[in-house]
Amino acid sequence: VTETLIAPTFYRVRLTFARQEALRYVSHLDMLMVWERTLRRAGVALAYSKGFNPKPRLHQAAALPLGFLSRCEITDFWLETLPDAPAPDMAEIARRVQAAAPPGLKILQCESVPLTLPALQTEVQAAEYTAQPMDDLDPDILAQAVEQLLVAETLPRERRGKAYDLRPLVECLQIHIDERNRPVLQMRLTARESATGRPEEVLAALGLDAAAFRVERTALLLSE
Amino acid sequence: MINPTEIENRLERILLRVQKPGRYVGGELNQVVKPWEEVKTRAALVFPDIYDIGLPNLGMAILYDQINRRPDALAERAYAPWTDMEAAMRASGIPLYSLESKHALLDFDLIGFSLPYESLYTNVLNILDLSGIPMFTADRDETHPLIIAGGHAAYNPEPMSSFIDAFAIGEGEEMIHEIIDAHQAWKTSQLPRAELLRSLAKIPGVYVPSLFTVSYHPDGTIAGIEANTAEAALPVTKRINAQLPAPVTRFLVPSIDVVQNRVAIEIMRGCTRGCRFCQAGMIMRPVRERPVKEILDAMEQALQNTGYEEVALLSLSSSDYTNISELVQGVTERFAGRNLSISLPSLRIESFSVQLMDQLKGLRPGGGFTLAPEAATERMRQIINKPISTQQLLDTAREIYAHGWTTIKLYFMIGHPSETLEDVEAIVDVCRAVLAEGRRKVGGRARVHAGVSTFIPKPHTPFQWVACDSVDQVREKQDLLRRSLRGSGFKLTWTDPATTQHEAWLSRGDRRTGQLIYRAWQLGSKFDAWQENFHVDLWLQAFQDCGLNPDFYSHRDRPLDEILPWQHIYSGVRTSYLKEEYHRSLAGTTRIDCREQCFACGILPGFKDMRSTLPDEAWKCPPVKPRASRIRQRPALVETQLAAAGGGDQ
Repeated sequence: VTETLIAPTFYRVRLTFARQEALRYVSHLDMLMVWERTLRRAGVALAYSKGFNPKPRLHQAAALPLGFLSRCEITDFWLETLPDAPAPDMAEIARRVQAAAPPGLKILQCESVPLTLPALQTEVQAAEYTAQPMDDLDPDILAQAVEQLLVAETLPRERRGKAYDLRPLVECLQIHIDERNRPVLQMRLTARESATGRPEEVLAALGLDAAAFRVERTALLLSE
Repeated sequence: MINPTEIENRLERILLRVQKPGRYVGGELNQVVKPWEEVKTRAALVFPDIYDIGLPNLGMAILYDQINRRPDALAERAYAPWTDMEAAMRASGIPLYSLESKHALLDFDLIGFSLPYESLYTNVLNILDLSGIPMFTADRDETHPLIIAGGHAAYNPEPMSSFIDAFAIGEGEEMIHEIIDAHQAWKTSQLPRAELLRSLAKIPGVYVPSLFTVSYHPDGTIAGIEANTAEAALPVTKRINAQLPAPVTRFLVPSIDVVQNRVAIEIMRGCTRGCRFCQAGMIMRPVRERPVKEILDAMEQALQNTGYEEVALLSLSSSDYTNISELVQGVTERFAGRNLSISLPSLRIESFSVQLMDQLKGLRPGGGFTLAPEAATERMRQIINKPISTQQLLDTAREIYAHGWTTIKLYFMIGHPSETLEDVEAIVDVCRAVLAEGRRKVGGRARVHAGVSTFIPKPHTPFQWVACDSVDQVREKQDLLRRSLRGSGFKLTWTDPATTQHEAWLSRGDRRTGQLIYRAWQLGSKFDAWQENFHVDLWLQAFQDCGLNPDFYSHRDRPLDEILPWQHIYSGVRTSYLKEEYHRSLAGTTRIDCREQCFACGILPGFKDMRSTLPDEAWKCPPVKPRASRIRQRPALVETQLAAAGGGDQ
């Protein structure tokens, strides 16, 4: 392995993107692989970790549960350039990444961020979701269930054998009537590393079958 | 009939209830979706195992590329859904559909199954059933898709002949277009389905089993096979490409993890070593190599198109590729420093292989160095015609460890003809000797992984007449290995004897084996290639229900003059050559690489018209020197003899 004699310059790039179509069925872990290949095709100078088994330097924000759509995912990756090379042009990177992206991946924003920012996953504070029922639902019954959930002091639930209280993680929950006059649930859930509310848990707590909903993440709220 | 929108709606409700839903949605980078109404022929390519295994299959990638290049046709894909998904699909009334456009398989004109190995057969039946397509070719009419199949297992098409309308024997790159053309002509003609089958039978390399009748002797052996119509002629000779077509570079890139995530490029097809157990080495002749530049350019293009981190340079024997040093050097110069790994499998047991892998430093994959001695005694290696010495193996092993590898994987086979327990014990001795070399070089870190599979006499090989070891014999040999290859430094893997037996029944089966497969499927057999899903008792039950005897297929030495179930399929290698090789194996005589000297296997006379249009170096067959003895006997007849033998020998 040849050693780089001149220290390279690093840049940190933050991509905001939508995950639609078949990409909703890709796991968080597999998404890392999708990103590595997309960035390789885009021909950007992706930085790799050093060592025997180099891995691309890439952070993904909060994991998107399998099956959920999203219009607000965030990924940071590192570029490695020669020290005298001009600073990378973010518009050009966005264009190349979009051209190399698989179906369903849409770049919404591409910006250079300071190298010193903390790890992306630690910056996420909350996430917003919509849950659209695939079948007709009585809006009144739904409204009642939402109200009951919101007035509850605690919502004891169990996930993967661990008991926890869902209620403090629900920051906001409401019903929106869409243009076709169907009820859509909107929620904002805490999404810190140690305390993450999951939309399918909220649906279950409302007495609904999560698999009968199309869930989309609409916003990730980062710490200032 | 259910339309794509309805299929998608139903799918959305079940996908989150199954494992790895990403297998069932398509939408991969580089998938081709053409407007359904704007083409004349819609083909579905089906790999009859799960997505994870089928997606990386190179044969599928080649045909997908070939068909989609045609403006008048489209190719989409389907794979076998895993058992959880199949149950969910059946419960929701979803038939098997294509990943690209979500059309039901029933909506396609043509369905092409890839059959690389026999343990996929019940999955083919299950897929036809899940698709609502009549399982037997005799029950299909003009409204049903044409069902074709190809791949190495198709070299004995008889076991699947009740279910497949037409088999494509040999290389498919040209044949698939002729099949599509014939289908288009038939579709326009509006003639009955039988006419389509007759027109397909006229295409060289295409075998339409329903146009032939097989008769049997009272003892169950074959009495004859007769054509029912004038269009059907025997033998059906395999198809080959005169030269290798341009490699695929626009590979599908799945968004979920599959068994092989890589660009695969064939550097050559065929092999001249003549190992007598090796079906691929017999049926893939002649050797055709790709130029170094074409390989390097294809790698560059494919990496650009896919973003993959790994490239596999494939062949049956990489060391025999003429310009292997130049290729490895080119790969190193062009691709080093890109965080890539390049695999170069099937290297010979010689120090040159170590040099080659060493040259790839920085590009070579992690893990061990693999060698395939196949047998451990000189006697056994002479019988199978893999003449390398144990000393050569140990010298190579020493060098491998000296160059920094800590693990050597050794592939062996047990159950070769006339093998004794001493030959198996020798496997233990060789593994110990290799480990001892490792200990001397790298100390306690040295590892030997022995992968010991069980030999199955495959059709179209010099061993096609011999019987398999009995299950008891195999167990005894495996017990010996398990007892002896214990302790630190060793890892042993083996194949379950029942699985081997199953593969033997199906690869050596005749037309009646079709009932057996059908019965086994009815009893619940599917995913037989998966250890946890394979139930030998279902197959034994099926044998009983069909009145067939398993030993008749797998444990019977067949007389050399018996009509074999696959005898009407011509691989281009003459039966007389196979017999000669068989006799030489009994005598323990080996044969050198046939690049050095032609042993008249039959390829040259069989494809002489094709050969005559090509430059000399296109095939690695040397110029034919008539054998001295023949010249002395009948000098004037040599030319005609060689020419006639190619066609009339079957």
